[in-house]
Amino acid sequence: MTGAAMLLVATLTPVASQTRGGTLNLIVQPEPPILILGLNQQSPTQYVGSKIYEGLLTYGADLKPMPGLAKAWSISEDGLTYRFTLQDGVTWHDGKPFTAADVVFSADKFLRQVHPRVRPILNRYLASVIASDDHTVEFKLKEPFAPFLQLFGTDNMLVVPRHIYEGTDFATNPTNQHPIGTGPFMFQSWTRGSDIVLIRNPNYWQKGLPYLDKIVFRVIPDSASRAVAFERGDVQVLRGGDVDNVDIKRLEAIPGVEHTTKGTEMYSTITSMLMNERKPPFDNVKVRQAVMHAINRDFIVRNIFFGIGKVATGPISSTTLFYDPNVPTYKYDPKQAAALLKESGVDVFKYPIKILNYPYGTAWDRLAEYVSQSLQRVGFNVQIEGTDAGGWAQRVANFDFDTTFHFTDQFGDPAIGVSRLFLSSNIVKGSPFVNNEGYQSPKTDALFNKASSSLIPAERQKLYSEVQNALVRDVANGYLFENQNVTLYKGEVHNLITSGVGTNSNFATVSLGK
Amino acid sequence: MSAGSPITGAAPAQAPKATPTLDHTPAQSVLPQRVPSMALARFILAKLVKGVLVVLCVVVVNFFLIRLAPGDPASIMAGESGSSDPNYVAQLRTQFGLDRPLPVQMATYVLGVVRFDWGFSYRMKLPVLQLILDRLPATLLLMGSAFVFSVLLGIFLGVIASRTRYTGRRRWLDSLIVGGALLLYATPLFWLSLLMIVLFSVELGWLPAFGMETVGAGLTGWSRVLDITTHLVLPTVSLGSFYMAMYVRLTRASMLEVMGMDFVRTARAKGVAAPAVIRRHVLRNALLPVVTFSGIQLGQLAGGAVLTETVFGWPGIGRLMFDALMQRDYQLLLGVFLLTSAMVVVFNMLTDVIYRVVDPRIAFEGGR
Repeated sequence: MTGAAMLLVATLTPVASQTRGGTLNLIVQPEPPILILGLNQQSPTQYVGSKIYEGLLTYGADLKPMPGLAKAWSISEDGLTYRFTLQDGVTWHDGKPFTAADVVFSADKFLRQVHPRVRPILNRYLASVIASDDHTVEFKLKEPFAPFLQLFGTDNMLVVPRHIYEGTDFATNPTNQHPIGTGPFMFQSWTRGSDIVLIRNPNYWQKGLPYLDKIVFRVIPDSASRAVAFERGDVQVLRGGDVDNVDIKRLEAIPGVEHTTKGTEMYSTITSMLMNERKPPFDNVKVRQAVMHAINRDFIVRNIFFGIGKVATGPISSTTLFYDPNVPTYKYDPKQAAALLKESGVDVFKYPIKILNYPYGTAWDRLAEYVSQSLQRVGFNVQIEGTDAGGWAQRVANFDFDTTFHFTDQFGDPAIGVSRLFLSSNIVKGSPFVNNEGYQSPKTDALFNKASSSLIPAERQKLYSEVQNALVRDVANGYLFENQNVTLYKGEVHNLITSGVGTNSNFATVSLGK
Repeated sequence: MSAGSPITGAAPAQAPKATPTLDHTPAQSVLPQRVPSMALARFILAKLVKGVLVVLCVVVVNFFLIRLAPGDPASIMAGESGSSDPNYVAQLRTQFGLDRPLPVQMATYVLGVVRFDWGFSYRMKLPVLQLILDRLPATLLLMGSAFVFSVLLGIFLGVIASRTRYTGRRRWLDSLIVGGALLLYATPLFWLSLLMIVLFSVELGWLPAFGMETVGAGLTGWSRVLDITTHLVLPTVSLGSFYMAMYVRLTRASMLEVMGMDFVRTARAKGVAAPAVIRRHVLRNALLPVVTFSGIQLGQLAGGAVLTETVFGWPGIGRLMFDALMQRDYQLLLGVFLLTSAMVVVFNMLTDVIYRVVDPRIAFEGGR
């Protein structure tokens, strides 16, 4: 994996070094509400904000940490102290120098308050963060947290300017309309409903970078129109979700168009079917196993998502760390499903179930229809109910559903993106994307907790292999498929995807050529 | 458009009342008589008072109506970030003031509105009024051009169709216009828009496909006007086509009815030239239904053209409203409703005034 990544970089770099300048036209979809990454973590905010802000580290395709605002780092033997040495000569876009005090403020004050994903981790594990001098920061943990080093990208622990936010109300700070970071591109303008323009940071700390003069993000709300924009050359890149899957094959075939599914390793999104395990019929493990046999997941990937995706084997994606393919399998077999239902002793027709539609586009409507049909075929009594994003979040957060779907990002390490969906301590009302299905197992709880504090990779692998086996056997969720995101780009764009965060990298080395 | 219905619903309530039937004695084909200014002022004042009350009612009703939708901004923001921290959701609710009793929230909002403080969009971290005013020019531009396009072309084609039909010469032109209007009337808007993009932007490359102006071109003066105009063509045609077809049919039907009346025959008998008969005698009397309908059209356009704005990436109020609705951005949504309902009230008032200019027989007293 490392070898392949190095090779990729090695073959692309010479091309890039030949060209400088130009404007890269992209699509941001949907339009983000704001661009301050700490305050909003949606994917479009991430897409734009990752060019403006930076974290201490960046991550390769193999998810190994690489230097960002920190040029070197070390971890103490006991796994409790993380020391970072910062790059020299870094300034904020307003000219003020970047120092260790900014890092301390960001982690201890800013993110601890505003970042919904990072704050529970910091509040639980972080004992203190101090600036030993202007260029050295020390994080001290209360107990070991193995994936701590995975958290220093712009997705999570980004760095914000202390001189702007300290002592203010973060949400209403006027600078929120004019983001100031340390990244290779500076905010220039935002015409709401139309476009966001970033320009080259001439004082970027990496000399000679970035190559591009300007990046323009266009707002085009309609998917068919976005496909047209790409065909016309109004924009040079489409990323996953910009156009419907049905358009992707057609656009791939256009001469001069390149495509890749790389660059999503950090997210490794996985789609699951949630079954409310608090009440019949899904409180019975045999019924859940029957569901897995009743659904043809290969059909889902091939026909509903146009072959863009991969059937999942379990809760951990094949591109996330500690993945283990050796788990029980559920092949498509309605007969076996019926047999399991019989064995369970549950008369599933007596318990009408409603599939709460996942409101993110027509493919998800088709998925609900397909699953409804498949379950009816083995004897379930199924209806589909529609909702919108707000309604969905509310219902799932309050456990008010029978079954539904969702897709979640894994952020490289199971301790960040996977355990949150299964730990019984995460059965808390009020938020989606926790343990909303109500799965409870002291055994997996113990395995997850042990794995997240272990510092020995081999030991973690063993624990996570056990976890995967248990979660697949219990069908804690129905694991449907690994979402793939296809990035389409015109041949003149070089070095677009070079890391595990793909188009959410800072684009310092992206260039335009022939 | 469904989100706009509480507003646009106000339009037809007033319009039919004021529509006079066509079998009255026809209007004199001279300049309108001078309107007594006191009556006009009293008329407008009465309408204004009613209008303000209507808008206030709309605000209050909308306030409670949008709370009926499941979910709130805090749960949506938590959903988007993949949060696993209920404390965070509670913190957001407190920050947005959603933890206070509903009547208190409403009172705060209405008091704010009266003092021109339309609230704060916690999602976009900007005052609501600023967000709306940023989008207003684009909306007004598209609205105005679609309106002018549909009214002028609709009336023009309607007149031609009715004339050829009435005189019996070139009947095919009538059939062509009526057939075309029927086709446009029945064509789904988004489909027409996409086909126009494919033809004029992708295949022929004559017109830009999206946005309001060329991004980053830094144009000024006339070159900027020209740039915006070329961007305006496709959205205008796609937004205006449906109404244009309506005007063609309305004008044609109403013209044909008037053409058969005695005073038209009299005018012709006394030797008035044919174009003058059409312009001064027939069209003027046939216009009232068109005026009625244009009032309704303006009201609907004010609610935003969500579909057109979506397909063409036009940065108008319709998209702002749609996004605010999906994200339960209550204050922003209420702000858009407030503005659009105020616009509907104003357009209705204008329609009432125009009736009386076109047809002086309608009195100003009491606003009837």
